[in-house]
Amino acid sequence: MFEIILKKQLAPNVKLIEVKTPLIAKKALPGQFVILRVHEKGERIPLTIADKNLEKESITIVFQEVGKTTKLLGRLGVGDKISDIVGPLGNPSEIEKFGVVIGVGGGVGIAALYPILKGLKEKGNYVISIIGGRSSDYVIFREEIKNISDEIYITTDDGSLGRKGLVTDVLKEILEERKIDRIWAVGPTIMMKVVSDLTKNYGVPTIVSLNPIMVDGTGMCGGCRVTVGDKIKFTCIDGPEFDGHLVDFDELLARLKTYKEEEALALRLFEESEVGKVGHSKN
Amino acid sequence: MAIVKTKTPIPEQPVEERIKNFDEVALGYTEEQALIEASRCLQCKDAPCVKGCPVNIDIPGFIRLIKEKKYDEAIKKIKESNNLPATTGRVCPQETQCEALCTLKKVGEPVAIGRLERFVADYELNKGYEIPPIVKKYDKKVAVVGSGPAGLTVAGDLARMGIKVSIFEAFHEPGGVLIYGIPEFRLPKRIVRAEVEYIKSLGVEIFTNVVVGRSVTIDELLKEYDAVFIGTGAGAPQFLNIPGENLIGIYSANEFLTRVNLMKAYKFPEYDTPIKIGKIVGVIGGGNVAMDAARTALRLGAKEVHILYRRTEEEMPARYEEIVHAKEEGIIFNFLVSPVKFVGDEKGHLIGIELQRMTLGEPDSSGRRRPIPIEGSNFVFPIDMAIVAIGTVPNPLISMTTPGLSVNKNGTILIDKETGKTSKDRVLAGGDVASGSATVINAMGAGKIAAKSIFKLLTEE
Ligand SMILES: Cc1cc2nc3c(=O)[nH]c(=O)nc-3n(C[C@H](O)[C@H](O)[C@H](O)COP(=O)(O)OP(=O)(O)OC[C@H]3O[C@@H](n4cnc5c(N)ncnc54)[C@H](O)[C@@H]3O)c2cc1C
Ligand SMILES: Cc1cc2nc3c(=O)[nH]c(=O)nc-3n(C[C@H](O)[C@H](O)[C@H](O)COP(=O)(O)OP(=O)(O)OC[C@H]3O[C@@H](n4cnc5c(N)ncnc54)[C@H](O)[C@@H]3O)c2cc1C
Ligand code: SF4
Ligand code: SF4
Ligand code: FES
Ligand SMILES: [Mg+2]
Repeated sequence: MFEIILKKQLAPNVKLIEVKTPLIAKKALPGQFVILRVHEKGERIPLTIADKNLEKESITIVFQEVGKTTKLLGRLGVGDKISDIVGPLGNPSEIEKFGVVIGVGGGVGIAALYPILKGLKEKGNYVISIIGGRSSDYVIFREEIKNISDEIYITTDDGSLGRKGLVTDVLKEILEERKIDRIWAVGPTIMMKVVSDLTKNYGVPTIVSLNPIMVDGTGMCGGCRVTVGDKIKFTCIDGPEFDGHLVDFDELLARLKTYKEEEALALRLFEESEVGKVGHSKN
Repeated sequence: MAIVKTKTPIPEQPVEERIKNFDEVALGYTEEQALIEASRCLQCKDAPCVKGCPVNIDIPGFIRLIKEKKYDEAIKKIKESNNLPATTGRVCPQETQCEALCTLKKVGEPVAIGRLERFVADYELNKGYEIPPIVKKYDKKVAVVGSGPAGLTVAGDLARMGIKVSIFEAFHEPGGVLIYGIPEFRLPKRIVRAEVEYIKSLGVEIFTNVVVGRSVTIDELLKEYDAVFIGTGAGAPQFLNIPGENLIGIYSANEFLTRVNLMKAYKFPEYDTPIKIGKIVGVIGGGNVAMDAARTALRLGAKEVHILYRRTEEEMPARYEEIVHAKEEGIIFNFLVSPVKFVGDEKGHLIGIELQRMTLGEPDSSGRRRPIPIEGSNFVFPIDMAIVAIGTVPNPLISMTTPGLSVNKNGTILIDKETGKTSKDRVLAGGDVASGSATVINAMGAGKIAAKSIFKLLTEE
């Protein structure tokens, strides 16, 4: 059992929790994730390690409530326990001195991007961040990202913060003007696809962090397989980061919809249940 | 006394019932049936059956005790060499092991050794087990990686010899394939849990949610423990590497069975893990795993389940009993066909599989006749779900992160079979991770050997 020691609401439907996980905190590196199971009857879901604290022996997770499991997780408060957390899983990001790097983050992906950019900054790279969301409320981790960036750009769909438009609008302008050595894109699959399509034209190496459906996270189910170049890769052990120019995003997008009906049913039943009905959640 | 030529039948759930539930198919002998079956044993002096058992259980010995109704002593006798008898009594391929060598086979069917083993094991589980006394304790600690039959055996044996053992398991529940792979209707999870509880009662600690190679490395374990045993199995699924394999509706058997068994997707939405079952399911392969996947798909509501196997029934590696049960339940067997590609619709869903017909040629290195493709015989078989059950290999996580550990090119850890020792000092290995996919009792046999040499290593240095 793993105890929640801190909880914050970051945006409508986006929450941050800090969980005591001594073993994982000791090992976690940027780009890695955990798999957790909220309760005895729960499913296993992957979530990125957004930060870690060695003194508190804890890791930070930032998640968007999209379905049954993330909503259930969002109902837990400080002092509550999560049944199982395993990790750190996946390969760490390749953090080196590249020169000028851009981090593109969308939605909850901004939190996952944060430790990578932090690592890149520490290695002496010139870090440009472009983060975006639906509206001002959804652009999370602004302060954290700002603190480790040499330049930061914010976009929102409705123009309520920063520039009205998409992260790729800003990215395109920068690519037109400057030489960039490497790009990281972390966010919704569709965003990573659009970013990769764009940067291909400029020949800038682009790393994406993929989020296929997972079960074990250790290479024993193959459910997380994706096509990269002409090879089949298991995201949990070969990734989660891959060369965005080689990823078959359309296949990934299709596979992410595998359980659409079942997920809708689980969510409906949850929202009708006693726990689900409680409109607010504990802090 | 006249020899009874046939085995005492074991009561089973009727077919029409059992294909609708996940309850155990074989119900186990009653005391009366067990006594009848035990009385068939000739108590052969040379006991050929014992040589067929990879852990050399004193088979005539325990059967004699059943005959005498000394069930407590019978189970003690079995547990001298086997820590998980309720499991092996159910899942051992007895027809190729102990029962294959039974003297009675010369005149009829062998003694139902497995069923008798299960009978006394269940007797003990119902009654509550006795914890054997640990005579002498040593100030030594061993780390066991993986909690499948190999790991549990090493842990149980060492604990009984007085050595402190900690098991590290990647999943949230111990048991290995017994818990995530073999279905409930063949090996109820309450049995596996009880066997694990028994190992814990010997003083073994089990840490779940620890992926060795990620959460902690073998070298780190070596700093804290006097020796390390690797029993991580062969859990990485192999795919066919043919076009269309990432279409929606195609599962590895591992994913399918893990969702259903470990995660209880058969109870969705009470349990949160979903599973998608097709109407017409094709299972590729001919081993136990394929049979389990096929019978599971049927129970989850598939209309038709087809086994697609590239050789013939004779070469199928599955346990005899599984093939019989699968046939009874209506699984359709298609032999001498080999997948060429998967066919999908515009949304990326599986709608068919292209198969090529095969013929059998000369025996290959495994002694089985090699399938040869027939040119121009391809045809498309409509299916909307496929389960790929063509084998597994060891997971690379440990070999990738353990300098000095030699592995074969297929990823199996190289060991000295007599001792279980690997190329790395104080690191031993056994079970599927060293042998490639084999059987529960072989993994346990390897565990016994490793336990002995670890004990020697730690007490004689
Ligand atoms: C490596 C990795 C890291 C991730 N990191 C984060 C993160 O830091 N924060 C965050 O909010 N989300 C993250 N995700 C996505 C997160 O796992 C899903 O949003 C979550 O599983 C949804 O579960 P649910 O039951 O709430 O929603 P559901 O309604 O069940 O699913 C909503 C959608 O999420 C996806 N999904 C469902 N089950 C799984 C599963 N077992 N594994 C992966 N995806 C699934 C599917 O596309 C599905 O349509 C990550 C995914 C991966 C693979
Ligand atoms: C579906 C199916 C049906 C089968 N049916 C039969 C049958 O009827 N009869 C029979 O005799 N055999 C059967 N087998 C084969 C048998 O189950 C295996 O041979 C046996 O389980 C091997 O035991 P093991 O201890 O070596 O490994 P496993 O049982 O595979 O256990 C390995 C354990 O190690 C864990 N692990 C892996 N990597 C790590 C890591 N890095 N860190 C920590 N833990 C890790 C795994 O999660 C797992 O729990 C079947 C196999 C399958 C898949
Ligand atoms: S353990 Fe298996 S092989 Fe040995 S006697 Fe029991 S059933 Fe037979
Ligand atoms: S070979 Fe058969 S009959 Fe003889 S002792 Fe063994 S089980 Fe009994
Ligand atoms: S999640 Fe199962 S292999 Fe990657
Ligand atoms: Mg879900």
